[in-house]
Formats: sequence, structure tokens, C-alpha cells
Amino acid sequence: MPERLGLRIGIDVGGTNTDAVALDATGALLAKVKVLTTPEVTSGITEALASILQVVESSEVTHVMLGTTHATNAVLERRDLRRVAVIRIGSPATHAVKPLFGWPGDLRTAASAGETIVGGGFEFDGREIAPFDADAVRRFLGELPERPKGVAIIGVFSPVNADHESAAADIAREMLGDVDVSSSHEIGSIGLLERENATVLNAALHDVARKVAGALTAALQEHGLKATALFAQNDGTLMSLGQVLHFPVLTIGSGPSNSIRGAAHLTGIDDALVMDVGGTSTDIGAITGGFPRESAAGTDIGGVPTNFRMPDIVTLALGGGSIVGDHAVGPRSVGYRLTEEALVFGGSTPTLTDAAVAAGRAAIGTGAPDLTETLAEAVRTADEMFADGIDRAKTAKGDRPLIAVGGGSVLVPDRLPGISRIHRPENYEVANAIGAAVAEVGGQVEQIIHGDLDRRRPEIERLSDEARDRAVKAGADPATVKIVDIEEVPLAYLTSPAVRVRVRAAGPMAGPPRITQR
Amino acid sequence: MRAVLLDGPVLEAIARGAAVLGAGGGGDTGVGLLIAQQAIEESAPPELVALKDLPPDDLIMPCGGMGAPTVSFEKIENGDEGARLREHVERTFGKPVVAVMASEIGGSNALTPIGWAARMGLPVVDADGMGRAFPELHQVSMHVAGISPSPAFLTDERGNVVITRAVDGPWLERINRQITIEMGGTASTAEYILTVEQAKTAAVAGSMTLAVRIGNATVGAPDPLEALIGELSAVRLVDGKITDLERRTTKGFAFGLATIEGIRSDTGRTIHVEIQNENLVAREGDRVLATAPDLITILDWETAAAIPTERLKYGQRVTVIAFACAPIWRTPQGIAVAGPRAFGYDIDYVPVEDLHA
Repeated sequence: MPERLGLRIGIDVGGTNTDAVALDATGALLAKVKVLTTPEVTSGITEALASILQVVESSEVTHVMLGTTHATNAVLERRDLRRVAVIRIGSPATHAVKPLFGWPGDLRTAASAGETIVGGGFEFDGREIAPFDADAVRRFLGELPERPKGVAIIGVFSPVNADHESAAADIAREMLGDVDVSSSHEIGSIGLLERENATVLNAALHDVARKVAGALTAALQEHGLKATALFAQNDGTLMSLGQVLHFPVLTIGSGPSNSIRGAAHLTGIDDALVMDVGGTSTDIGAITGGFPRESAAGTDIGGVPTNFRMPDIVTLALGGGSIVGDHAVGPRSVGYRLTEEALVFGGSTPTLTDAAVAAGRAAIGTGAPDLTETLAEAVRTADEMFADGIDRAKTAKGDRPLIAVGGGSVLVPDRLPGISRIHRPENYEVANAIGAAVAEVGGQVEQIIHGDLDRRRPEIERLSDEARDRAVKAGADPATVKIVDIEEVPLAYLTSPAVRVRVRAAGPMAGPPRITQR
Repeated sequence: MRAVLLDGPVLEAIARGAAVLGAGGGGDTGVGLLIAQQAIEESAPPELVALKDLPPDDLIMPCGGMGAPTVSFEKIENGDEGARLREHVERTFGKPVVAVMASEIGGSNALTPIGWAARMGLPVVDADGMGRAFPELHQVSMHVAGISPSPAFLTDERGNVVITRAVDGPWLERINRQITIEMGGTASTAEYILTVEQAKTAAVAGSMTLAVRIGNATVGAPDPLEALIGELSAVRLVDGKITDLERRTTKGFAFGLATIEGIRSDTGRTIHVEIQNENLVAREGDRVLATAPDLITILDWETAAAIPTERLKYGQRVTVIAFACAPIWRTPQGIAVAGPRAFGYDIDYVPVEDLHA
């Protein structure tokens, strides 16, 4: 085999499978593997990586991209979280809802070493609410019953002015030495409680971040890989290993973005609906201008609301393992036991896969069951559910193309209402890992801008520079990073114009120069 | 009299009901619910009382928050604003406040006064000043009934207190809106202070229990939409999908136009909803389907949860309903304050049930 350079390995940890792929510098697929996701996640990743490295040489690989559920699981299971000091800067405002009010008790116990509200913070127009109370921060940190393992700092309107957060961070470092500090202006957007929750979770996840970064680094070393490691985040972009140590919470929810990006890469289409059919469920999302369309509302993580924007997904309880009953398909599924329990694999549970094989849509397993009325009805029901899901996921009139990916996508019929054409790319079953491998590096910034349009323009320019800067810090190539989205939402019920502006930048990652295949 | 306590489950029902009564406006109820929940945890759940059970000559304090909801979700209030308003109301009027009343049942303003009442140990009156949400201070039933808005009280989390003696409601709105911006974009206010006796005709009675009933109607219902429509005797204007959304802000008002294309049995129909902070007019071509002061609410068509205008999104599947406003808004004076022409639409107000008779 001739030596190739600039290979990328993408790994995506899903609920059932951990998928991995190797792509060459042109984006062509060289190797793929699916292994079962292990409960502690890491050994599944190592196994998938080892299997890929039987096909490609470690010296050829320059980047390894990982989309993982470590952080999600840690929050859901309240495992490996560390207790952090929570400092909110905003008194005399904000006392009506205290930090972590409404959190599940066990998560609060696992994540918080104590909370306070100190004087300071800013107004939406940049004035101070009150002077920053440095003494109160010192008193709080000095009187905590335990030495906190991290510090979460949240200032009112810190996305407008972060000075008080920075001042509090300096005090925390001065008093606690080498402590990890999470500052909310680097993590979330306007909306104090959601940004605070995300910041506290982020601070509590630092050990998890070290563990996963350590495990990946160890796995790379074990295989003699000198590649740059990058992590997929919830908005579909990547961040560096260094960034993940600071912002572990951003890795939560990267899965749906990965499969949407992967589908776009496999087909070369960047405006389409994407249907990812798995064993138990089907996710339908959209890619617009090359990026997954985001949901308008924030996301609940482990019982705690945050303002992370996840891809806008319609989920159907329908997949290859969905059990066929009388006049019904799903929501129960045989899941990963499909190859033991389905009729086509000699089992005794009729599944949607059996129905699809009987209807002649796919050739899977060892035999084709008879097309009984029950199975025929299951196919019709599933088709109706797919059609309904597509209609719900569509955001514009007219027919759109659909990209069908995921292990169960053979179940998708050739014609669906509202769909101009169905694309079934090769390597559809590892679209998510491919999505991780081809993702760009991103950065975003959000702020309230006060004033009319003439005053807004230079401010938006400044925010754009900052978003580009953040993307470059996260590992993007400064030469090619560009602004991908500017969102402006006016504030209601105020007589002076004020607009919430969010700017996102993204670009290919910086790295060794790409060398084309010999 | 059976005392109703505004405890945890009741607060959640009020939050859902207040969102429906917000007619798209009034601000998301999420933070307001947390404020009320923390207050009842730290103090005790307040009682909900009927006007007839209170001493007729004592004072009711209509109150709530003013300004940008976006700011109030970031710079959350202190919690002591209500007590400060009461102190200054009592000092100025020389009479005790016997109960708190939400000025506006629609949106988050249904909940913050409950938090204040809990902290003060005062009951909450089963009434409000709108029966819905409106953007301006003088768009309240007390204004229609001829109650003086002044002296009016405004405070912030720092302890600033401004007492405004405006010549009329529109002037109060104009002056206090400016003070609100100086206070940081949100303020806590009490105005149109009145006696229990006056409130019996000047307030919209029963609005808290209505919010509770709306909030409970959908819980566990096999068809939440049908349950809600039944509870409100609402007209279902359309089942559809948002296919276009225009937004702009002029002088602090979020203007918008939502286009909803019918689906299911409404396929082929196109409905437009005109928005100025709240949903104000629904039309189908030249035909008017409903206008303010009647309520037009856009609901998630599966959960029947109300969708505030700032959360409307291209592609959402919705059911648009309209239902009757409080009777006081249907008087000539009420229509002058909050009818379609008060918002700049050249339409005569016709009650929603007459439009769909």
C-alpha cells in the first residue's frame, strides 16, 4: 500500500454502536467499523480505533475526531462529577431565583460545594448594576466547608461585559491556586439561569474531560498515532483537545449533528432533509447551507435546563428493530439483538426489518418471511410514519431532497410525499462517524447591542471578529475561517432599540499541510 | 369559604394557563414560575381570595413587572420589590393593602405578584386587570372603569422608588416606560390602586381560577387540544403549519406577521396572524377571523401548550384558537382602549363568537 498522508479518523459513540471511519485527505472513505458501545464507553472507542488501524497506517493519520457521550452519561448518572463553588455576580438583583434552585437534589449534591450571590453584574446597556464586591467573593471562598475542585462564575449580562467575571476568576485563582475556572460568558448566551446551569455543569465535568482526553491520548499513543485529537460539539463543529478540557459541557449532544453533517458529505448536498434510521428510532433533521438546522428552544440535560442549541430533530419511535404487533409497529424494539431475534435471522420476533424484507425492499439475513397481512400493514404504517415525520421536519413549501442514512435506512421507501428525490449514499451506515471526521471548527459569540442600525453595524463587525477569533482558538485555520450565521432578535417592550445578536464562525481545522495522494 | 392555597401544583397550572391567556405576549412563564416557587418555599403559599371576602374599604394593590422579558430572564428580580411597592402605597394612601392583584394574568406577570404576596404574607385576589396580556400600562380594566392611575409606583432591585402622578393612563405609560429603561430595562410597578369595593366592578374577576382551570384542562387529557378548546369555549381558527414569519421592532414593539397554511382538514387555507407583542388580528384573505381585545393564541398542536410570539418558528405545527375577552373590553370604552383601532388596524371590532356564528 502506498503511504498516504493527511488521513482522518472519525469516531462516533452512539447509544447502541460505536462507529469509526478513516477518510483520506480528499474525504474518500478508506475503512469503516461498527462495534458495540461499552458501558464505560472508552474501551469501545479503543476497540474501534484498533480495528481501523488494521487497515490504515498510524503514521498516515493526522487527525482523530471524536463524538462521545462521556459527558452526557456523567450528568445523567451523576458519575465522576466534582463539587464546585458557584459564584453569581448580580446582587442586589437575582435573589428571587437562587443558583441551582429547582435542580434535582442528587445532581446538586454531586456538583455543588456551595453557592453565593455577590454584588456586581451589568445592565443590558453595559452600565454596572452595582460595583463588584471582591470581598464577598473572598469571604465565600474562604468559608466554604470544603476546598472546591473547581469554580463556576456567572455574572449578570456577562455576554455584554465580562469584567466582573474576570475579576472574580482572578480572586479564585489567587486563593485556590491552580483551580479550573468556568466563566459563563465563554459558555452560554443571554438567559441567566440556563447559562448558569451550563457553566456549573461545565465546571463539574472537568474530571470527566481529563479522563476522556487522557483515554484518547493514551489510545493514540498505544497505536503510535501522532495525530491531532478533536472533539465534536453540539452545534456540529469541532474543538481541540485543549478546548475540551475547558469546555467539556459543549460535547453533550454531538450525535445528531454528526449524522447530518455526514449525510451532507456523502452526497455533496448541503440543503436537504436527513433521515437517520437506527435500530430503535429515526431522527429527521435538516441541513441548511451546510449546517444542521438548530432548534429554537434550549436543551434539558439531566433535569436541568440549559441554553445549548441542539439540531432541530423530529424523532420517531421507529427503526429496524421495531417490533411488529397487530395493527402496530414499535415503539418497542429488539434493539441490538436484531441479529438474534428477527425472523430473517432465524429468531421468532417479527420486526420492521422482517416486514421490509418480506415486501422486497431489502435483502437481509438468511431468508425472506412470507408477506403476511400483518407484515404488509406494518410496512404501510411505517411509510405513513416516515411521511408524517418528514412533513413535521420540513420548514418550507415545495419538495426537498432527502438523504437516508443509518443502519436501518433500507426501510425507507423509494417515494415519499414532499420529497423530490431520495439519496441513498454508499457507507450510509457510518454517516455519523464520517460527520465527525469532516466537521469544521467553530466559534460563536452572542451579545445585546444597544442602538439603531448605524450603531449596530460596527458592533456586528466587532462580534464577527471575536467569533472568528474563537474559532481559531478552538483550532480552525485562520486563513479559511468565515462567518456562517448572523442572527438578530429585537428585544420587545423597550422603547429604545436593542437587539440580541449571535454570530457564528466556522472553518476547516488548522493542521499539517494537506498532501494529495501519490 | 374554602381557602385555595397557591401551592406548587397550582402554580404550575397557573403557569400553563397564563401562557394561554398571554395571547402570545406577556413574557415566558418559566422564570416567573421559579420566582413564585422559591418564594413559597422560603415563606408559605399565599391564599387565593375572592373580592367579596375582603373588607370593602381596604386597598388592593395591582402590580407586576414592566419592560423587556429578555432582560428579566437575565437580570432576575430581587424578590423584595413587592414589599417596597406596598410600603409606599400604604404610606401614600394612608390605608392598608389587604391583598395583591396581578395587573396582567397573561404571561409571567401572573406569577411574580404571587411570589411577592407569599413573601409579604398577603393573599392574592382572584382577579386581574386584563384577563389577558396587553403591552401598555393603561390597557387595563381599571382604566376603562375610570379609576385614576395615579399615584403610581415603580421600583427596581436597588431600592429606587419613583412615584408618578400622571394626568392620565397614556401619560403614565409614556413616563414610566422611560424610567424603566433607566432602571435597566425592567421595573416592578403598581398603579391604578383601588379599594376592594371599586375592584368588584373595575377588575376582571375570576382570572386566577380561570388560569388554574386552563392549566389543569390539558393534564392527562386524551386530546389536550379538545380539552382546552372545551374549557375556553374557543373557536378553532386553523390547524396548520407556520410557513412564513416576518419580524421587525419599531419603538419598542415587536411587530410580526405569521403565515399559517392549513393542514389535515384545513388543507388549502392560509391564515395570517398580525403580531404587536401579542397576537392581535387573525385574517383569512379579506375575512377577519378574530381581533383584539378577544384572545388569539397559537398552540402546539400536540401538547396544546401556548407558544409565545418570540418562540414562533418556521415549520411549527400549530392550532390557532380565539376566544372571548373579559366583558369590560367589549364596552365602547374598552374597545377604544384595546380594540383593533387602538393598535392601528382599520377594522371594526366584532366579537369572535359573532364572526363564527
